[in-house]
Order: sequence, then C-alpha cells, then structure tokens
Amino acid sequence: MPAPPQHMQVEDEVIIDRGELVEGNDDEKDRERIRVLAGSTENAASFQFDGEDHTLGNALRYVIMKNPDVEFCGYSIPHPSENKMNLRIQTYDNVNVYTVLEKGLGDLMDMCDVVSEKFVIARDEFYAGRSAGEDGDRMEE
Amino acid sequence: MPEPTAEELERRNRLQILPEIVSDQTSTDFPGHWPGENHAYDLEKFKKNFKVQFHTDDTASLMKAQKHAIPSSRRIDQVFSLIGIDASLANAFRRIMISEVPTLAIEDVFIYQNTSVIQDEVFAHRLGLIPLTADRLSLHNMAWYTKPVEGEPTATELTDQNCVILHLQVKCEWKEGGLEKAAKGVSDPNELYVNHSVYARDLVWQKHGKQTEWPEDDPVRSVYPDILIAKMRPGQEVIMKMHAHKGIGQDHAKFSPVATASYRLLPTIDILKPIVGADAKKFQGCFPPGVIRLDSVTSEDAKKYGELSEKEGEPKAVVANPMGDTVSREALRHPEFKDKVRLGRVRDHFIFKVESTGQWDSDELFLHSVQLLKTKAQRIKRGLDLMMK
Repeated sequence: MPAPPQHMQVEDEVIIDRGELVEGNDDEKDRERIRVLAGSTENAASFQFDGEDHTLGNALRYVIMKNPDVEFCGYSIPHPSENKMNLRIQTYDNVNVYTVLEKGLGDLMDMCDVVSEKFVIARDEFYAGRSAGEDGDRMEE
Repeated sequence: MPEPTAEELERRNRLQILPEIVSDQTSTDFPGHWPGENHAYDLEKFKKNFKVQFHTDDTASLMKAQKHAIPSSRRIDQVFSLIGIDASLANAFRRIMISEVPTLAIEDVFIYQNTSVIQDEVFAHRLGLIPLTADRLSLHNMAWYTKPVEGEPTATELTDQNCVILHLQVKCEWKEGGLEKAAKGVSDPNELYVNHSVYARDLVWQKHGKQTEWPEDDPVRSVYPDILIAKMRPGQEVIMKMHAHKGIGQDHAKFSPVATASYRLLPTIDILKPIVGADAKKFQGCFPPGVIRLDSVTSEDAKKYGELSEKEGEPKAVVANPMGDTVSREALRHPEFKDKVRLGRVRDHFIFKVESTGQWDSDELFLHSVQLLKTKAQRIKRGLDLMMK
C-alpha cells in the first residue's frame, strides 16, 4: 500500500479515535414510531408506523390475516412522499387488536428464524457437495 | 368438511398462464377463505413445508469475465429457491436486500485540484458509484455517520469507526520523447502520455485510528480495479480526498449491495395430450433449449392413447427442465397445440437470483435481509409494548 499523498499534511480536520461506539437507548424512539389513529376500539383499530413501507406492511398483513381471530387486516401507504405506513386490524368479538398485532409480530419473527435456519443448512450442503475443503475460513453471519 | 385432495391443493398452488392473461394470482391460504378448512398460522406446519434449494453459483464465470480485486472463494452470484413461503415475505427479503442492507460507499469528496475535463460534481458522482470492498468483519463493525444539518442536533462525530478516508492523486504528463512522437503523427495515448487514464485502482486508503488494526491483506479498495474514472491529457491533474461512510440503498443507489436481487416463480408446463412427430419438434422450438426433451413413442404410449397406435418410435415431447423456461407463451400461439398444453407457475416457489456488487457475499446478504426483517418487527413490538404500559 503506497503512502498517502503529500497534501494530507495540510489537513485541519479533526478525527477522533474512539474504541467503542456508545449504544444509545432507543426505547424512546421506538415508542414515538407507533401510534393509534383516532376512532379505535378494543377490536378495531388503525395503527400508524413511522419509517416503515411495503416491506414490513405486506409481510405483517399476511401473518395477521393468518390469525383466525382476525376479521380484516390491511395496510396502506397514505402518501408516497410521507414515510408512514398505516395498518388496519379488525377482530371478531372479545379479541383485542393489540394482542393480535403483538402475536403477528411474534409470528413474523419466528418465521424469519425458520428461514435463516433452513437457508444456512441448504447453503452449507450445496457448497459441501460442490467441493469439499474449499471454504475453510468463511465469515458467518 | 373433507380435507382438500392433492389435486385440489396443486390446483390452488398454480397461477394460470393464458394467452392474454395471468389468473389465480392471489394467495388463498387464509382462515375463512375455504369453508371448513384450517389455514391458521402454524409455525410447525411452516417449518415442515418450507424448503430452501440451492441451484447455482456463477461467481467463477463472473470472475473470469472481469478482473476482480476479491478472491475467487467469494460467492457473489447465487441462484436459490425458497419453497413454501408467501409472496409477501419473499418480497420483503428482496426489497431489504436492495434497499436496506448497509454498505460502504464514497459519500463526501474534497476536491483540491481537478483540471480534467470531467466536472467536479460529475467526478464526485462517479467516485460514489465505485463498489468498494475490504475486510468484511471490520466493515460489519463500522458505525453509522450522520451528517450535520443546520438546526438539528443529530450529527455524529467523524471517527475511525464511521469514516474511511481515501485519496486520489493522479497527474498526466508527456512520456519521454512523447512530444516528438506526437509531431510525427503518433496518436496512441499509451505511447505519448503517462497517467492518461484514472482508474479505480488509483484510490489509496489512508488508515486512521483503529483502522490500522484491520487485516493487512484485505485493504479498502475497489472491487473492480479497472473501472475507468476519467481520462486526462498532459498538464491535467486530479487531487482529491474522499470520505466513505456506511449507508443504505434507500438513501442512494450507490449504497445498494446488489447489482440485481430478483425472484421469479417456478414455471410449469403440463402436456395434457401427447405431442408427437413434427409437432413435437415444433413444440420443442417454442421453448428455450433444454426445457423440452424429445423421447420416442413407446408401445405403452401407443396402448394408452389410441391415436398413437401407428406412431411407435416417433419423437414425443416431454418436459425436461421447466425451470429454464422464460414463459414466452410461444406454445400458446399455435393452433396445433390447442388444448394440449397448459402453462402455469407455482405460487410459492421463488427462484431468487442475488448478484452482489462484491462487498458482501450473496448468501450473507440474504441472511442479513432476514435478520433485518426480524429487527423491524422487534422494533415495532418494543414500541407497542411501551405504548401499552
């Protein structure tokens, strides 16, 4: 590697060396990202999430619709230039929408774990079959 | 209510490809859609049905076609299938790979000298688009950098954790005797000038702080050393300093870690009535090579289908590799194949192709995308829990 060029020495910029980046407490931020829209009841509510889009919206809609207690679930991006996602949930009698949403999020996370697990197995089998001993020092996720 | 038959389940799992339309696109595996059937979320069932299949890794041929600064043991062009998953999830993974997996790219360019014919802003843009690579663990551990914005207290300090400094200093000059050669009419720049082209390999990484501990053999560099950034003539010079930060594709396409991350549904071709003789050859020609195979009509076929009794030994069209089909629907255009073929796609078989720009491996990107989707859900859940308190 060649040495950095000469003009570096006239640099006036301050670069601070830090060993570890301090992890901030994001709880407050997470709380602010979600709100319940006006007109909600125990078994029908619209939620609004900041900074989410179709990626989470559609996936969450799918797992929530898989819940037999749910009468209706849909999502929308109210305006393309606003970074917001609305999620509507209506449930059948005596089922709380909040528990349904919470279960949906939990179910989605469980599915992600299954996908990861099976993907790693299939990948390792594929490369083991292709050539044994080729990939010794690969970085794992 | 009886359980649906295997044929019924297969029918539900197919999209129909008709001459002018595609039908049966939407999933119907929701509770209440089919009377009397249970389609409730069931993790065990998902675990049982979900499969991942790896098909190919074309990294080797990609490396052959282009000069790479990364070792050939890397895996940057993979094709794999996710089977038994809903489109909403497959699409979430695809979208995250394209726009939310972080990568390192040049963000700020400080131009000390630029007398080349490329304007400053165009030059800076070109630098930003260069795919960078380095030790992946070190890159993974890099922190985010937030630019200072007036009136907002969100800016972070510039540190060795969130900033990689690169330099570019190239000056074009006459070669010894170049002037005389030019006078004689020689026009080949290689004979006349030195440094007449600025390449991505001219970028020099300046380690600072903890970056001195990053592995020696894997410096920050361009994935493709031969990317041409600018052309110059004698007397022209560029001196630049760059800051590379971690960012995501949502902010700028230069941060997207993939060249393509796409999926398609597995095509199906069902031959309903035998296609033989000259028709079989024509039928084969309606698909890309390798999709349709020609077998001979056997005596069993002749017994089974009356119209084949005289045709034993003639070629017969058989589906060999539906995955190779591009679903051009050519077969549906010819009247002789009417009612003999049915085209479709499998609703829950997603053939992913993930071609990385080189900073990460394709499989790492996919696993990262799954992890990020989980993190998204976790974040919402945390917010919801706080709200409910």
